Amino acid sequence: MTAAGFGDLTLLLAIPVLGAALLLCLPRRRSAALFSVALGASAGDFLWSLNILNLFDPSHGNMQFVERVAWMPDFGIQYILGVDGISLFLVLLTTLLMPLAILASWSVKDKIKEYLIFMLLLETGMLGAFVALDLFLFYVFWEVMLVPMYFLIGVWGGPRRIYAALKFVIYTMAGSLLMLVAIIYLATRHAQLTQVFTFDLLELYGLNLPFDQQSWLFLAFALSFAIKVPLFPFHTWLPDAHVEAPTAGSVILAGVLLKLGTYGFLRFAMPLFPDAAQAALPGIMALAVIGIIYGAVVAMMQSDIKKLVAYSSVSHLGFVMLGLCALNLQGVQGAIYQMLNHGLSTGALFLLVGMIYDRRHTRRIDDFGGLWQQMPVFSSLLLIVTFASIGLPGLNGFVGEFLILLGAFSVAPVWTAVAATGVILGAIYMLWMIRRVIFGPLSNPENQRLQDLSGRELTILAPILLLIVYMGVYPQPFLARMKPAVELSLKRILNVPPAPPPVDPNLGGEQPNDGR
Amino acid sequence: MDVNLTPLVPAIQVLVTALVVVVRDLFIDEDEPKGVLAFYSLVGLALAAAEVAVLLTDRQESAFADSIVLDNFALFFTMIFLLAAALTILSSIHYVRQTRIHEGEFYALILFATVGMILMAAANDLMVFFLALETMSIALYVLTGMWRSSGRASEASMKYFLMGAFATGFLLYGIALIYGATGSTNLNQISAYLLDQPSEWPLYLIGGGFLLVIGFVFKIGAVPFHFWVPDVYDGAPTPVTGFMSVAVKAAAFAAWARILMNKLSPLAGDWMFPLWIIAIATMTLGNLLAITQTSVKRMLAYSSIAHAGYLLIPIVVGVEWGGLALLFYLLTYSFMTLGAFAVLTSLSEDKEPRENYSDFAGLGFKRPFLALAMSLFMLSLAGFPPLAGFTGKFYVFRSAVLAGHLNLAIIGVLNSLLSVIYYLRVIVAMYMEEGGAEGKGFRQSPFVYCAVAIAAIGTLYLGILPHIALSWSRLAFFSLE
Repeated sequence: MTAAGFGDLTLLLAIPVLGAALLLCLPRRRSAALFSVALGASAGDFLWSLNILNLFDPSHGNMQFVERVAWMPDFGIQYILGVDGISLFLVLLTTLLMPLAILASWSVKDKIKEYLIFMLLLETGMLGAFVALDLFLFYVFWEVMLVPMYFLIGVWGGPRRIYAALKFVIYTMAGSLLMLVAIIYLATRHAQLTQVFTFDLLELYGLNLPFDQQSWLFLAFALSFAIKVPLFPFHTWLPDAHVEAPTAGSVILAGVLLKLGTYGFLRFAMPLFPDAAQAALPGIMALAVIGIIYGAVVAMMQSDIKKLVAYSSVSHLGFVMLGLCALNLQGVQGAIYQMLNHGLSTGALFLLVGMIYDRRHTRRIDDFGGLWQQMPVFSSLLLIVTFASIGLPGLNGFVGEFLILLGAFSVAPVWTAVAATGVILGAIYMLWMIRRVIFGPLSNPENQRLQDLSGRELTILAPILLLIVYMGVYPQPFLARMKPAVELSLKRILNVPPAPPPVDPNLGGEQPNDGR
Repeated sequence: MDVNLTPLVPAIQVLVTALVVVVRDLFIDEDEPKGVLAFYSLVGLALAAAEVAVLLTDRQESAFADSIVLDNFALFFTMIFLLAAALTILSSIHYVRQTRIHEGEFYALILFATVGMILMAAANDLMVFFLALETMSIALYVLTGMWRSSGRASEASMKYFLMGAFATGFLLYGIALIYGATGSTNLNQISAYLLDQPSEWPLYLIGGGFLLVIGFVFKIGAVPFHFWVPDVYDGAPTPVTGFMSVAVKAAAFAAWARILMNKLSPLAGDWMFPLWIIAIATMTLGNLLAITQTSVKRMLAYSSIAHAGYLLIPIVVGVEWGGLALLFYLLTYSFMTLGAFAVLTSLSEDKEPRENYSDFAGLGFKRPFLALAMSLFMLSLAGFPPLAGFTGKFYVFRSAVLAGHLNLAIIGVLNSLLSVIYYLRVIVAMYMEEGGAEGKGFRQSPFVYCAVAIAAIGTLYLGILPHIALSWSRLAFFSLE
């Protein structure tokens, strides 16, 4: 057992808030100083998360770095944080993408102070949602994320930003408010059965509710997460939000926010209500596969690169859901791996689109063509990221998709076969876009004056590209750390054998000594 | 005869302050600055608050033949009234000067209304309750119409007066019927009668209870007796509107909790179902109508109707679970609503109300502090964590779930969703639209900023560290026997 200090995760959450507080005190005119502070805070947070990765003990699947403080003790509400192999890499993804997104915000000139403050608050919200182990606390972070994102889209977004921002908030809240009632109801049921009023996730895992109650609760949780993922019929907020958001907003939205939906399924909805989850799986799987095909087909028809990438997210997140629904080690591991992949490759795609948009102020595919001759570095990077996104072997996307299909095939071969055609469709729309943007004649005179990527832009993209290759070639360190936690989760969800709470003996007694 | 004046100490303090203000006003010339009167009022309120803090133990005392009681419940509400009065006075110092409202009378009337409210929360006798209610109401009728050059204010005052008199009639009839059935106006004796002879109640006793409920529904502005609210709130001077939507509502709910939830609770079975419907209708209608408004002040009036609906949830849910939620929600609601009205007040300029959404356009970067605070209040009213409005709503919905009223909780959260639409519109205007009011009118006094800052700190504090206030709310409610 590694000696993990108490407060490690709190510090992880606190660094961005402190950065934001510092920004609040700085004068608006000194934009360079504002940038340095924001960049420093987010980069510092990344370094701190690397420290957590370093101290993380890969040998077991229980929560680590657990912190537990009474918040409203009379009401069973606690401040509980912890990471396991599932959330660890999502935390790292968040802390990695955030400094890059801030670096990519160089072109934001307007109201930069508020912009950076919202970015940092958003980071805390997302990290908090990944590490919160108390349902009340989780809900707080889950909602806290909404406000900065609302401002980022609404103030710094494109022409239809106000509509997109409101749609984003209303959709997300519609799901999450019902989840709030479900959370309260769950805690109430727990209190009635055990005389303990608590929102502690690990305690609530042990609750064995009758099937009909589980179904309603699962439905409320699943709706909230399905909107966030977004699963097929709930996806309509996503293209609007993505297209209108500023580049950094899109990167964070696609890179991290959507993962909270899939993470929510794996961490909350499925293990809390295992019977209902298993009953609902065929339906969710069907929606996931519909999403894969639908997202791909719609993406193919887009004339706006950003919108194309946005719809490709619907398709890719469908794969993640498919992997989760397989409920076996390969499928779930593949799903988590694919969450990271999607975060990196789609994040990079949005960054690249943002870079070309900064130069040309258009995102229409027809306006480009032949960029290869003018911007070779940009074009080759776009090509690599595209290959990662469509799952070319040797790059990270392949590992995730392969594991997902492997896992899902053993459960639902027909759905998996249909989903596999989504891979082909993905290759078609991405490569078609590439062909029209990069290759062909450089006919548009405006494109003939384009500058290739600057050093700053290369710095932003370099870490992502390195990871894309590294994760494609050598996935073992990632998968090994996920495995014990995934196995533990699966045990909870599949409930084999149907033993009451002490399914995992080290769960209950482990936190106190882990905390010190 | 021994007279125990302890329960009256805070009320007497405020009353004396009001008299001092009135008298001191006589010695100041009409065209001289009268800021000193506001200062006197604030000092008096602060002293009263200090006295409340001293009295705040687990004591249970009564005076005047059990007609006034001193318990944590009364003190809790006294604190809310003092806070509301203080923030209202702070934010109106500049406003009354601009609008040429008579300052001495204005502050004195606020204090008189506060005395009435304090007595309402402490009244243990239906007659004392009635007198307290009238003390409060008459002061407010005048306050509403005090901006004499404004036609809207006069209309609002008249409307408020007529509607208030109407509600008073219901209350008085109810009190008379209950007195006829039980032979007393003292709540303890009425309660004893109800417990002594269950099920042998005459029909007119139940009718009396219903009339009381109707009177209260009028006073809190719940559907179907909400029609006066938007016009009165819209027409009244902005600080007075804030005072009405917080303190008057809190006073009405305090009396409701003591009289109907506690002492007359054996009768409650009869009116619970109508109240269930009223709660749902109030939230839903309030929110739907608020969406359609173009004036922020009017939107806040409808939003206050909607919040009356949320506040009815703990009442429907019942004593066991609802008490804590009701008190805590009122506390959180006070801070965020007073803050929102303070911001609105500070935007008002002579002859130019600046109350529309378009007047808020671009405020976010012209007046960053005001806009930031307003965003906090709007997000809090909409129920975003980690702000006071979220914790308040959380405990309201929790009480509904605990008591098995899952439907109320679900309708409540769906209503919160509706409310997000119009609260965010204020933020849209402040941060996402350009133009709006020019900088000329923005020379507010620092006092408004002070009021806004206090409300903002309260909103954040109750959202992040609500524990002390929660324990206090619980203690207060359970000090009712």
